[in-house]
Amino acid sequence: MTVLQEFEKHPLAKYLRLERFPHIWCEGCGDGIILNCFVKALDDLGINMDKLVVVSGIGCIGRIAGYIKCDSFHTTHGRPIALATGIKLANPKLTIAVISGDGDLFAIGGNHFIHAARRNVDMTVICSNNFNYGMTGGQFGPTTPLDSYTTTTPYGNIEHPFNLVHLAAAAGAVYVARWTALHVKRLTESIKKALQKKGFKFIEVISPCPEIYGRRNKLGKAIDTMKRYRQICEIRHGYDPAKAEITIEKIIVGEFIDIEKPTYGELLQKQFLTIQKR
Amino acid sequence: MSKGRSMAPVVKRKKLAEVEWKVIEDFCKGCGFCIEFCPVDALEESEKLNAKGVHPPKLKSEDACIGCGLCERICPDFAVHLETKESGGERE
Amino acid sequence: MTMHREVLTGKHLMQGDIACAEGAIAAGCKFFAGYPITPATEITERMARRMIEVDGMFVQMEDELASMAAIIGASWAGAKAMTATSGPGFSLMQENIGLAVMTETPCVVVNIMRGAPSTGLPTEGAQQDVMQCKWGSHGDYEIIALAPASVQEMFDLTIECFNFAETYRAPTFLLADGFTGHLWERVVIPSREEIKTVERKKPIVPADKYVPFKPDEDLVPPMACFGEGYRVHVTGLTHDELGYPKTTDPKIQHELVNRLCEKIRKNSDKIIRTYKFMLEDADVAVIAYGIPSRSSLNAVKRAREAGIKAGLLRLITVWPFPEKQVEELSNHVKAIVVPEMNCGQVVREVERVAKETPVHFSSKIGGEPHSPSEIFEVIRRAAKA
Repeated sequence: MTVLQEFEKHPLAKYLRLERFPHIWCEGCGDGIILNCFVKALDDLGINMDKLVVVSGIGCIGRIAGYIKCDSFHTTHGRPIALATGIKLANPKLTIAVISGDGDLFAIGGNHFIHAARRNVDMTVICSNNFNYGMTGGQFGPTTPLDSYTTTTPYGNIEHPFNLVHLAAAAGAVYVARWTALHVKRLTESIKKALQKKGFKFIEVISPCPEIYGRRNKLGKAIDTMKRYRQICEIRHGYDPAKAEITIEKIIVGEFIDIEKPTYGELLQKQFLTIQKR
Repeated sequence: MSKGRSMAPVVKRKKLAEVEWKVIEDFCKGCGFCIEFCPVDALEESEKLNAKGVHPPKLKSEDACIGCGLCERICPDFAVHLETKESGGERE
Repeated sequence: MTMHREVLTGKHLMQGDIACAEGAIAAGCKFFAGYPITPATEITERMARRMIEVDGMFVQMEDELASMAAIIGASWAGAKAMTATSGPGFSLMQENIGLAVMTETPCVVVNIMRGAPSTGLPTEGAQQDVMQCKWGSHGDYEIIALAPASVQEMFDLTIECFNFAETYRAPTFLLADGFTGHLWERVVIPSREEIKTVERKKPIVPADKYVPFKPDEDLVPPMACFGEGYRVHVTGLTHDELGYPKTTDPKIQHELVNRLCEKIRKNSDKIIRTYKFMLEDADVAVIAYGIPSRSSLNAVKRAREAGIKAGLLRLITVWPFPEKQVEELSNHVKAIVVPEMNCGQVVREVERVAKETPVHFSSKIGGEPHSPSEIFEVIRRAAKA
C-alpha cells in the first residue's frame, strides 16, 4: 500500500488535498495541529465544503489554505482579512475562515484586523501565534515576549508584545478564545463554536516553533514546549482578556468573550430592504 | 486549582470505542506528541526507522488503546489515526 | 416604489467621476470598495449611494491596501468589482495589483491622477502615474489601461475596462487626469440593450476535470468562482496549472509569467483603441491622451489654418502601448509632438518606437493643462526643424 493509499483511509482525508502531503511544516510545529483540529471541526459540523472559503496570508501557516480541499486563497502578506471581507460581502452565503500568523495578522495586517472586528464582518479568524517570523528565519514580531532572542533582537527583545485576545476584544470581536496546540479537543470545540456563530470571531492558538524560535531561546524540542504548556496553562472561561497577558509563568487559556452583536451583513440587509421599498 | 492539570488525563482504562489504531509511518516526523500525551500511555517508539529517519510510534500492546482519539488530533502530520472496527461503536 | 435603474438611459449633465461610477454600474459592477481621496472621492460617494439601489455592494475600507484586496476577493466570489483612487492610494494598491495580475483576477482600478510625488497637488489634475500604472507593482507583467478625455468617455471607457478585465482576467485601469474627473459635460447614456457587456469565461467541465489555470487558445483560463463547487486554490506564489505553489521549478515560472504577459500582448490588436485626426497627409503628428489631447486637437486645427500639415493621434488605450500605430505614424511624418502633464512618461515609449523621427516633448505640471497655443508653438517649432 502506498502512503497516499494509507492516507486515503484517514477519517479526515476527504477534507484535504492529499496529493500535497506531507506538508511543509517542521517536526512538532503547531500549524499541523491547527490544520488537524480545523478539519476535524469541519467534519464534526458537516460543513458544506463547496461553500467554505479558507483565506490565509504569508508565513508558515499561510500554506494552510493550500492543504484544505475547498475554495482557498493564499493572499499577500497581511491582507487575508481585507480580501476575505470582499469575498464575504460579495457572496454572503459563503462561510469564511481566515487562518494566519501573528506577524501577518497583527503587524503588517494589524489595521485590517481591527477594522474587520469593528465592522463585525462575519468570519472566523484563527491566529497561529508562534512568537516570531518563522518562515524568514526567526525575526521578532508583534507578539515576541520581552527579552526573547530572535535574529533581529540579538541582544534581547525590548518591544512590548501585543496581548492578542485583549486586542481582539477591544476591537469588537464577538467571540474571543485562546488555546495552545496542546488543547486539541478544546480547540476543535472552539473552532466549531466560532464557525457556527455570526460575526467576527477570533481564536488565538499558541503554537510551538521548535526549529526557529524554540532553538534560539533554548526552549528545547517541540515536546518540551508542549509539556511546558501543560504545566503553565490555566483554563479560565470568561476571564478578562485585558488581564490575560502571556507570561513565562502562566498562560491563561479559555473562552474570554462570547457576545451577540449585529453583523455588517445583517445591518446592510436591513438597510437594503428599507431602500428597496422606497 | 487546575494548574498543570488542564489536560486532565483520563485514567479510566475502559475502552471508549472499538477502534483500530493506525500509523502512516512515513508521515511521522518524530515529534513524540502522541506518545507523551496519550492518557493511558499506550504508545511507544518503534524500532523501525522511517524514510525521514525517525522512529514512528507503535502500540505497546494490542488492547492498550482505549480509542479516545487524542493521538489522532494532536499529530501535526496526520500520521496517526483510528479506524472504526466494523463491529465497534462510535468513537468519543 | 421607485424603480432603481442600473442604466440611466438619457442625456445628462454629469461630472466625470460620476459618469465613471454610472459606467461601472451599467457594465454590471456589483462590488465597490474604496477609500476617500481627492479627486476620486465623488466616485466612491456615488457608489455608496448607488450600489445598494442596484443590488450591489459598497464598502468603505480602512485604506487602499484593503480596498484593492477586497475587490480581488469579491471578484473571486463572482462579482464584477471596482475601486477608485488617486496617486497616494494608487501607490498603496500596487501590492495587490500584483496579486490580481498573478491570480488572473478580473477587476477595474480607476486612478484619477493628481499632482505628485507624495501628497503633491490633491486638487489639481496631472498625468504623472502612467508609468506607475504599467510598472508600479514588482515583477514583469502586462495590464490594460484606458485614458478618457471627456466625461462621455469616463462613462464609455469604464464599461470598456470591465469588458477587458473580464475577457483577459487582468486588472484593468481607467487612467484619467483630475481635470477629466472633475469636468462637467453632457453625457449620453444609451439604453441597456445598446450597451455591450462581457462576462468572464466559465469552465465547461465538471469539477474533477477542471484545471484552474490551464489556458485556452486565447491564453486565458476559464474562471470558476468561489462557492461554485470547483474548490479552487488561488495563490500569489508562482503556481502550476492546478494552482499549487511551484517555487523551485524554473520552467513553471517561465511559462506562467510569460503567459500572463502574452495574453495581453498577443491580443493587443483587440485592446488598442486610438482616435486619428487629419493624419493622412500630416508632416507633424501630435500624440496625446487625456486632457492634453483636447488642447492638441485645437492646436492641430490652428496649425492647419497656419498652413502646417499637422494631425493628432489620440491614445485611448495607453497600455498595452500602441506600438504599431505609433511606428506606422513615425514612418510618414517628419516630427512628432508629445504633450503630457508630467515630466516625460509616454514620450519615452514614443521615442522608443519612433526611432529616427524627431520627438518634441511638451511638459506641463503644476495644475494647469496645456493651452492650445502652447501646443501650437511646439508644432510650429517641430515643423520648422
